[in-house]
Amino acid sequence: MKPTNTIDPTHFHKVVDCQYACPAHTPVPEYIRLIMARRYTDSYMVNWEANVFPGILGRVCDRPCEPACRRQRVEEKPVAICRLKRVAADNKGDIQDRLPIIPTKKNGKRIALVGAGPASLTVARDLMPLGYETTLFERDARAGGMMRSQIPTFRLPEEVINSEVDLVLNMGVEPRFGNEVNSLKAILDEDFDAVFVGTGAPNGRPLDLPGLKEAGDHVKIGINWLAGVSFEHIDEAPKRVVVLGGGNTAMDCTRTALRLGAKDVKAIVRSSYDEMKSSPWEREDAVAEAISIIPNHTPLRYVVENGKFIGVEFDRVETHWEKGKRRLVSTGEDPVLVECDLVLVAVGQDVSLPWIERDLGIQFDDWDMAVVNRDTFQSTNERVFFGGDAAFGPENIIMAVSHGHQAAASIHRYLTDGRDVNDVPIGDYTLTSQKMGIHEWSYQSAISDEERNVVPIINLEQALEDITAEVELGFDEKLALSEAARCLSCDVQTVFSEDLCIECVACEDICPMDCINFVTNGDEDDLRSRLIVPADESERDLYVSGQLKSQKVMVKDEDVCLHCGLCAERCPTGAWDMQKFLFQADRAT
Amino acid sequence: MSFLKSKFHHPRLARNELGLTHRDYEGSLSTLCAGCGHDAVGAALVQAVFELSIPAHKIAKLSGIGCSSKAPTYFLNQSHGFNTVHGRMPSVATGAGMANRSLKYIGMSGDGDTASIGLGQFAHVVRRRLDMTYIVANNGVYGLTKGQMAATAERGSTTKKGNKVLWPDIDLATMALELGATFVARSFSGDKEQMVPLLKAAICHEGFAFIDIISPCVTFNNHATSTRSYDYVREHVQEGLIADFVPVASDITTSYGEGESNDICLHDGSIIRLHKGSNGFDARDRQSSLGAIHKHRENGEILTGLLYCDPTYRDMHDILNTTETPLNSLNEKELCPGAHTLNGINNGFR
Ligand SMILES: Cc1cc2nc3c(=O)[nH]c(=O)nc-3n(C[C@H](O)[C@H](O)[C@H](O)COP(=O)(O)OP(=O)(O)OC[C@H]3O[C@@H](n4cnc5c(N)ncnc54)[C@H](O)[C@@H]3O)c2cc1C
Ligand SMILES: Cc1ncc(C[n+]2csc(CCOP(=O)(O)OP(=O)(O)O)c2C)c(N)n1
Ligand code: SF4
Ligand code: SF4
Ligand code: SF4
Ligand SMILES: [Mg+2]
Repeated sequence: MKPTNTIDPTHFHKVVDCQYACPAHTPVPEYIRLIMARRYTDSYMVNWEANVFPGILGRVCDRPCEPACRRQRVEEKPVAICRLKRVAADNKGDIQDRLPIIPTKKNGKRIALVGAGPASLTVARDLMPLGYETTLFERDARAGGMMRSQIPTFRLPEEVINSEVDLVLNMGVEPRFGNEVNSLKAILDEDFDAVFVGTGAPNGRPLDLPGLKEAGDHVKIGINWLAGVSFEHIDEAPKRVVVLGGGNTAMDCTRTALRLGAKDVKAIVRSSYDEMKSSPWEREDAVAEAISIIPNHTPLRYVVENGKFIGVEFDRVETHWEKGKRRLVSTGEDPVLVECDLVLVAVGQDVSLPWIERDLGIQFDDWDMAVVNRDTFQSTNERVFFGGDAAFGPENIIMAVSHGHQAAASIHRYLTDGRDVNDVPIGDYTLTSQKMGIHEWSYQSAISDEERNVVPIINLEQALEDITAEVELGFDEKLALSEAARCLSCDVQTVFSEDLCIECVACEDICPMDCINFVTNGDEDDLRSRLIVPADESERDLYVSGQLKSQKVMVKDEDVCLHCGLCAERCPTGAWDMQKFLFQADRAT
Repeated sequence: MSFLKSKFHHPRLARNELGLTHRDYEGSLSTLCAGCGHDAVGAALVQAVFELSIPAHKIAKLSGIGCSSKAPTYFLNQSHGFNTVHGRMPSVATGAGMANRSLKYIGMSGDGDTASIGLGQFAHVVRRRLDMTYIVANNGVYGLTKGQMAATAERGSTTKKGNKVLWPDIDLATMALELGATFVARSFSGDKEQMVPLLKAAICHEGFAFIDIISPCVTFNNHATSTRSYDYVREHVQEGLIADFVPVASDITTSYGEGESNDICLHDGSIIRLHKGSNGFDARDRQSSLGAIHKHRENGEILTGLLYCDPTYRDMHDILNTTETPLNSLNEKELCPGAHTLNGINNGFR
């Protein structure tokens, strides 16, 4: 193999599993280290710069970082990255003087943002400090998008949304709330220099089965029903509720119904339990509230007898896998009738763009989605950009934020003379040695054996009584510090200088994880098979040096390195050094 | 400074016949200088014992004084151990060996401990062919006392401070051969591929097995004019016979053409399989080995690999006809066989 190119940030970036997995590339180990130093405000700001909504995300983020967390590969469970973010938010001090200064003299460029969800708010947050003027169009009376209209308050309190959304609005965004936008042309005619479409995926998918019409009000679209609850049009639920679907929306519907008075709530799912779309933790939280989840049931029809709504009839199915494709096959048993008073349909959402005229140069695909460039977020009309759920279909908040950052950077390039909107930089990084003394480092190099801490919650009775009561209490300081100490500091990289190595193999011997190998070179498959612990199945990259004096090369399998620094402590020549790699994804600057 | 090595280990780490990983054979975190060759020797021993699936409590580690003699603390934590007075490890090993034949004895010494203060003890333990593995971690200096030249330092080389070595060196492998060791090898701490099979063979060998391991002292003897530095040794090493260790009852799948390989069968049924390097000699022939060692020395080369092995000699236990049962397990009846036996003995002297 060729020596690893460490000038390019990709290798080291991938070693920071969590940051790499985070769509907004939040420097996770950096903020966790700040929590360990009890520098909560600093920790909050590191987050805020990267993901705009730390308090919100610290409660409800889909947390793609956690399944990626290295800790899970060496111990059982990942670091509670998400809930530590909340710790920073809960304990932060005043941040007013740390916010970017908004220039009073504007740069003369005006941007229209359609839809006030996290995607548009991120674009505003990134562009306002650069002197742009932004106008935010929103159908609802308040900004926040589905964070406000969909996510139930017992998971995400309103004050948290308000405070973080207001940080953006207070930068001087011009609000045009309370009116549905029904023409993009009208906006373009207002002479905006660019338009960002962040209208989400607001249409709940219906489930058109026999009996739907007769069932009338007994069958409702889940997300519309949740919005009704959020905006307080709906304040009760009947006794027996069936939710169709196995995603996160379904889980929110069940728990909300329970709080509005339902006594018997079931989520009925076509797939098997393990293949349900919801995040495991959302499922666990629902089950903990005594919601029954019934897998392997495909709905056949809504049953109405003599004008009276009875329930839903299901076919029992089994999952079959054929060539990697899932097929649900009927078991041939008799259908099952599940009686209930209300059915909430939570089987997906769609993007809805009827308000965009089709003669504006924006190309649409077969699914009626705008064609959007995945790197620049520009549509085929160069003035119009997309992001969030509206761009490629429903995702989550952190993805919307990431799109917002990238779209803002593209808009900025697009509107800056001489720059090419398609010239997307990878991002910047710094590498800083953590050496403090002979064997002393400026990060916690000792590895904690602590198991993952559980977030304390309020008791169930209290939770079900009041829909606004937040279920999770968050970590207290003791738990937070113990949890933070579990982080392995994967951003503190093992950096190898082959010209210094005398091949004493001390590092190979000391490494608790057998990451380091001195072997004769070969192609990648061959090398992987010859390591102390063969890495044939590992998805992680190898770190390969140039040829050493003995003609061997150093090969490090990055897979399970603990970043304990023992290799560097053992090295007599300083050929290994522990260096903090701080990656900054491309932002509008 | 880290005093602890994480107990986490690689999730796909290999396990031996006892279900243990090599991490289960570790010792405390070493306090030797970072990069000391002795730690690599310890790591190779850990690997060898792990691969042999020997329970650590069936091993006793013995040593004298020196950095090398400190090293047993840093491997095989669950084994028995004894740190003796400087240069006196052979007598303690002899006592222990006589008292309990059921353990494997691994002596870890230095060139100071063995070739200076302990030379007399060394000569006699070799001569008596005690059943043990005797390792000298040879760095050409007294590391622990801050780098005085050892008796193994070569004439003409210079100390770190620039003083010339005035006296000819003692070659311990040659001495061991002359005095009757039945297994002699030399290796380099920077070459684990060579060390591990040699250590395995030495441990399985019944009789006195001696391994001289060049183990650079990074702190006091790794300078440009040293002949025991990492760079110098790496440049001057010549591997004579490449030894594979074939454990007992393993399928022998690889086959070599005639004359290419040569098997030495050990007492326990395991095999040392030798492949001739370019400068082959007969490892069963003491004279041939001595000749090869001398020839390479004259060329300024360090001959490594298996130098000599003959498992047919009798060891000290055979000669003394000692009991198989450890003395501490002998019961009263065996220890006091009664007047009848005593009479028999007394009659023998009449
Ligand atoms: C029930 C539910 C629970 C969820 N839970 C989570 C969770 O726990 N964690 C998570 O990360 N994600 C969750 N999500 C997903 C998340 O809310 C969205 O992915 C995210 O809000 C998308 O952001 P966005 O900015 O693209 O659009 P949105 O947040 O959808 O905002 C779009 C805004 O545009 C407005 N709008 C739309 N069309 C028009 C128009 N024509 N004129 C004017 N305004 C318009 C809408 O009113 C809305 O305010 C959940 C979604 C649902 C439905
Ligand atoms: C009886 C006695 N004499 C002298 C010493 C001082 N002393 C300690 S270690 C040592 C030499 C050790 O050299 P070596 O065996 O080569 O070990 P190294 O440290 O080089 O590994 C000496 C002379 C001592 N401890 N005891
Ligand atoms: S930091 Fe070094 S010693 Fe520690 S696990 Fe990683 S490679 Fe091994
Ligand atoms: S410890 Fe340092 S000098 Fe020794 S092999 Fe490792 S990198 Fe090279
Ligand atoms: S002084 Fe030399 S022999 Fe002793 S620990 Fe340090 S490097 Fe090893
Ligand atoms: Mg010495």
